[in-house]
Amino acid sequence: MSEEQSIDIEKVADLARIALTSQEKSKLSGQLDSILEYINKLNELDTDNVEPTAHPHSVFNVWREDKAEKELPIEEALKNAPKQRQNMIVVPKVVE
Amino acid sequence: MEYEAVIGLEVHVQIKTESKIFSGSRAGYGYGPNELVDPVVLGLPGALPVMNKAALDGIIKAGLAFDCSIPDWCKWDRKNYFYPDSPNNYQITQYDQPICEGGEVEIELSGDSRAEMGEHKKIKLARIHLENDVGKLNHFAEDSLVDYNRAFTPLMEIVSEPDMHSGDEAFAFLTSIRQTMIYCGVSDCDMEKGQMRADANISVRPVGETALGSKIELKNLNSITGVKNGIEYEIKRQIRELKKGNSITQATWRWNADLGRTELMREKEDAHDYRYFPDPDLLPVKIDYEWRNRIQSEIPELPFEKQRRFMEEYDLPYTITSVLVPNRTLSEFFEQAAKKDPAKAKAIGNYVTNDLLRELSEAGQSLADCKISPEHLLSLVEAVEKGTITKQIAKDVFVEMFRSGELAGEVIERKGLKPDFDDDQVKVWCQEAIDENPKPVEDFRSGNGKALNALLGQVMKKSRGKANPQSVNQVLRELLN
Repeated sequence: MSEEQSIDIEKVADLARIALTSQEKSKLSGQLDSILEYINKLNELDTDNVEPTAHPHSVFNVWREDKAEKELPIEEALKNAPKQRQNMIVVPKVVE
Repeated sequence: MEYEAVIGLEVHVQIKTESKIFSGSRAGYGYGPNELVDPVVLGLPGALPVMNKAALDGIIKAGLAFDCSIPDWCKWDRKNYFYPDSPNNYQITQYDQPICEGGEVEIELSGDSRAEMGEHKKIKLARIHLENDVGKLNHFAEDSLVDYNRAFTPLMEIVSEPDMHSGDEAFAFLTSIRQTMIYCGVSDCDMEKGQMRADANISVRPVGETALGSKIELKNLNSITGVKNGIEYEIKRQIRELKKGNSITQATWRWNADLGRTELMREKEDAHDYRYFPDPDLLPVKIDYEWRNRIQSEIPELPFEKQRRFMEEYDLPYTITSVLVPNRTLSEFFEQAAKKDPAKAKAIGNYVTNDLLRELSEAGQSLADCKISPEHLLSLVEAVEKGTITKQIAKDVFVEMFRSGELAGEVIERKGLKPDFDDDQVKVWCQEAIDENPKPVEDFRSGNGKALNALLGQVMKKSRGKANPQSVNQVLRELLN
């Protein structure tokens, strides 16, 4: 694979909100590059006459009728929250 | 240099359903925090979304109402981002294959006066797609609290082309969307409940220029008036900057309704990279001819069509239609009565838009539980046309019908409102009025036609309001000539 296709590990780490050490960066860059190289094999195929696939199964229109069913009891819903107040989940202050 | 503004709107409209878009918890308003959540809404491991059929019906209906083309199939994509309003860390939306493409929204701008119809225009749409709403954040001094009740409520995003040029057009665009969606029963579009929200993309350019200027995305437009005011302010601000020789930097601003101005939110879009990809948890949707047709048949006559028809078929003045038509139930009620006797339509329209609406609002009642039926209106108009009662007395009869539920004839009978005198008596009163009021008589004879009103008033008083003003007028003229 050519150099310019090489993965931008800083950007990927930033998008995934994870901090990487420089060792991890070089290790993961290598791994991701080899995954990309593997996937790139698909580019060798001629797909001019193939419809894009949105889903591996050719099944459509699986839905439910519009009926309100059970909600989670509030104590269940908040069980995994590290911190809660007034039945709401507390998160660090985020103001756009 | 002259400048013009170019505006595009992104309007989020909540589709009215009982349950959420991809799971069974209730899509409700006014519940305690986090009472309306389930594993799908909270993005718990292993939870799988399933489409709500009614949300799909709703958006197809909206698309057909706005003349969008509905493709044979569409799919779901994930828009990835980290923000506490979404515990999944992605929103399920439609990226490159939305369920509605193109289309247009007919709008009406304000006329020169309230009595005149304004200019009509068609604003082009780019698309309408379906997605899940996200949770609500409540900000405090030290932290923020999240309530996921609203998360996964079905939301459609109506995206216009950059096809508007003023705050008035944006206002008319939202008003038209709101009325159309209410007519179709797709949404109540109550902005106070967050059922309709709008963001605007605004740029300005010298008149004659075809390329678009740098755009500002304007958020926090919480009411239809807010949209108009925010956009108008922002257009003026951008033109002022350009005239000063400054340039506009692409950024996100917010409308501060309290201070009546726009404020910078963030300068540079921090290179949003949403990494859209097809959602493997959801199957694509195929929309066949039957489905599309069934929804098409459920679309009622739309507001502007109805208004044009009312003006033509019933010869209604614009002012009456502009009160009737925005209210679907009221206009249907009017038509039930008008259909029975189209010649009475204008008078019926007057009673509906003036007297009925006034009494309903004073009684705090809705049309559905009031005692007035189309028969009541017809009986009243008939009594006036036959000359049994005057228009003035008809107003009182209406109030009485509204209270008691009696027909006009019954009220007139019970309250003795029918004239208890004959034409000769009217003549006597007319002569008395002439004898008692020499000044107006003289004025009238010297060419002041309006002086007759003073005499007419006297006769009406003598008849305790029961005489027919037209015939009194005639008798007075005969006697004076």
